[in-house]
Amino acid sequence: MSNTAVADAAAPSTAANPFLTRLGAGFVSRLVIIVPYLWLLFFFLVPFVIVFKISLSQTAIAMPPYTPVLDFRDGVSGFFAGFRDLNFDNYVWLTQDALYFKAYLTSVVIAAISTGLTLLVGYPIAYGMARAPATIRPTLLMLVILPFWTSFLIRVYAWIGILKPEGLLNQLLLSLHIINQPLVILNTYTAIFIGIVYSYLPFMVLPLYSSLEKMDYSLIEAAKDLGCPPTAAFWKITFPLSLPGVIAGCLLVFIPAVGEFVIPDLLGGSQTLMIGKTLWNEFFANRDWPVSSAVAVILLLLLIVPIVLFQHAQARAQEQDK
Amino acid sequence: MKSLGSIRRDFAPWNDPKAKPYIQFDGVTKRFGDFTAVNNLSLTIFEREFFALLGASGCGKSTLLRMLAGFEEPTAGRILLDGQDLRGIPPYRRPVNMMFQSYALFPHMTVENNIAFGLKQEGMPKPDIEKRVADMLKLVKLEQFAKRKPHQLSGGQRQRVALARSVAKRPKVLLLDEPLGALDKKLREETQFELMDLQQELGLTFVVVTHDQEEAMTMADRIAIMDKGEVMQVATPAEVYEAPTSRFVAHFVGNVNMFEGKVAERTDKATRITGATGAQIVVENGAAATGADIIFAIRPEKIRVSSKKPADAVNALEGEVYDIAYLGDMTVYHVRLDDGQIVRASALNAARVTEDPLTWNDRAWVSFRPDAGVVLAR
Repeated sequence: MSNTAVADAAAPSTAANPFLTRLGAGFVSRLVIIVPYLWLLFFFLVPFVIVFKISLSQTAIAMPPYTPVLDFRDGVSGFFAGFRDLNFDNYVWLTQDALYFKAYLTSVVIAAISTGLTLLVGYPIAYGMARAPATIRPTLLMLVILPFWTSFLIRVYAWIGILKPEGLLNQLLLSLHIINQPLVILNTYTAIFIGIVYSYLPFMVLPLYSSLEKMDYSLIEAAKDLGCPPTAAFWKITFPLSLPGVIAGCLLVFIPAVGEFVIPDLLGGSQTLMIGKTLWNEFFANRDWPVSSAVAVILLLLLIVPIVLFQHAQARAQEQDK
Repeated sequence: MKSLGSIRRDFAPWNDPKAKPYIQFDGVTKRFGDFTAVNNLSLTIFEREFFALLGASGCGKSTLLRMLAGFEEPTAGRILLDGQDLRGIPPYRRPVNMMFQSYALFPHMTVENNIAFGLKQEGMPKPDIEKRVADMLKLVKLEQFAKRKPHQLSGGQRQRVALARSVAKRPKVLLLDEPLGALDKKLREETQFELMDLQQELGLTFVVVTHDQEEAMTMADRIAIMDKGEVMQVATPAEVYEAPTSRFVAHFVGNVNMFEGKVAERTDKATRITGATGAQIVVENGAAATGADIIFAIRPEKIRVSSKKPADAVNALEGEVYDIAYLGDMTVYHVRLDDGQIVRASALNAARVTEDPLTWNDRAWVSFRPDAGVVLAR
């Protein structure tokens, strides 16, 4: 469609040669499409191919620490000879050690639970924002985005100060005589949940807000008018209509939470197991690039499912807007 | 028998002192902060009446409707429905339903489910719901669209779904907020008649809010004309048009010519008025006392324009043709009287050929019968 639009716009100036016009317009619109594809090719596909290739290699005490390297030192034939040394041994290894399976599983479970918690916390916030007077909505939106102004790492560090046994939270609860013993939160899964919910809350609130904000309030009035009490009206009208926002928010939290490394490392301590930390250990502690690459490739495949779901939901939401 | 306008109305409970009011607004005031949307308003609507609230935007007509639906509570005063005070009853427990200006169709539900929504809320058994929904779809002629979603329908079809949904529960009163506002002119005219037929068929009380006077005149049994939160006049369309009680109403509904003057003399039958520049006119119906400052209001179609002074005319004023607009079904003349006032007159083109054609700048006479206009307080 954009093709013909551009051609029509250009037509008056070069009306003498419609063929040339069409050719030119086609080239321009193709160029426009090519740029983002080139970007994706160089910065996503090529790195992935490199990681995938490393995952098929073997560790070696060398620079880089794997073999074969696949270069042209021995000419073109040497380059292709290297392919014979590639194999799936590292993937087989991942299935043999239960540690990896457990790490993947706990990561998915932790990400799922914290996504649910983020939704529970984020929905009322987004709902309140969408129903707030239009004049203060930009301010509320600003407050949600405000944490991004400081480093994520520093904010997670700050939670250590709050959650540790002699931290702010325990001091407060002890001084109010709500508890007698300091709560052990730091270095547990609870701390990871708190960290993920806190860090990813804006990613949940923003899509929820945008879908709740554009909802016509007269729909709720219509539901009430037809005999529906407010709570039922929420579940029958508001919630179903905010589903695209719920799905978008959940995936925006779930996908990065599965591979999360900083939060479990800083708040979860050594007792907690997550795939992001496992990957880090393989890479830096064990210097086993091929195995950690295999871990990364599996993680990516694991996440493709929700990403595809996410895109599907977005496409559907866009269609509904039309 | 003489009657205002061209229709005889047999349904007129408002003239029957024994008739029981169905909806009563009793001294209702609604304030939003400093702004008074509705000011100490009292109004009575009867059962099976098609009642229109007519006014410019911001006159408080929608607020009145929303108070009846239960979305707003009056700041002061009471609203009674069939003798029951509605104060404190939430919208979902009121026996009224509303058709929203935006239609407010649930976008995630099919046409069927939209219509069934209210019925499900009141816990109607499933087979009965199915039957009622089928009846409603038939009523609005949308049987083959039952499984569609609202975004797959045209504007007119959506309007009919909204209508079907709001009457599905058989409410005591149906409230319609600018029901035809989003439709194009042609569809709007067709739908006006459909709505009237529907009201007759279902025997419901309709309260419609509109800013379109033609719409109100076409559909309503009675019209309440509102301005700044107050009711200016409540009357049948013919009364509102032919016998407005105030300058505002005369101006708001249709076109009107206004002459300022003084009552010079009053007899039993006639009132003689002297205009500001000395012109004399005689009118039949005027209650104003001698010497009172008044306005004489007359509709353009009640004024005749001719090149010679009609022999039998009681009231005839001379001037010059200033503007002419030929509209096909009628012709509109603007005549500048010798005292400078411009008079608008319209003539129905009942015949294809005119005996006495006029053109720009012709000398012309405007004439009208003594009962053609009304005398209003200044």
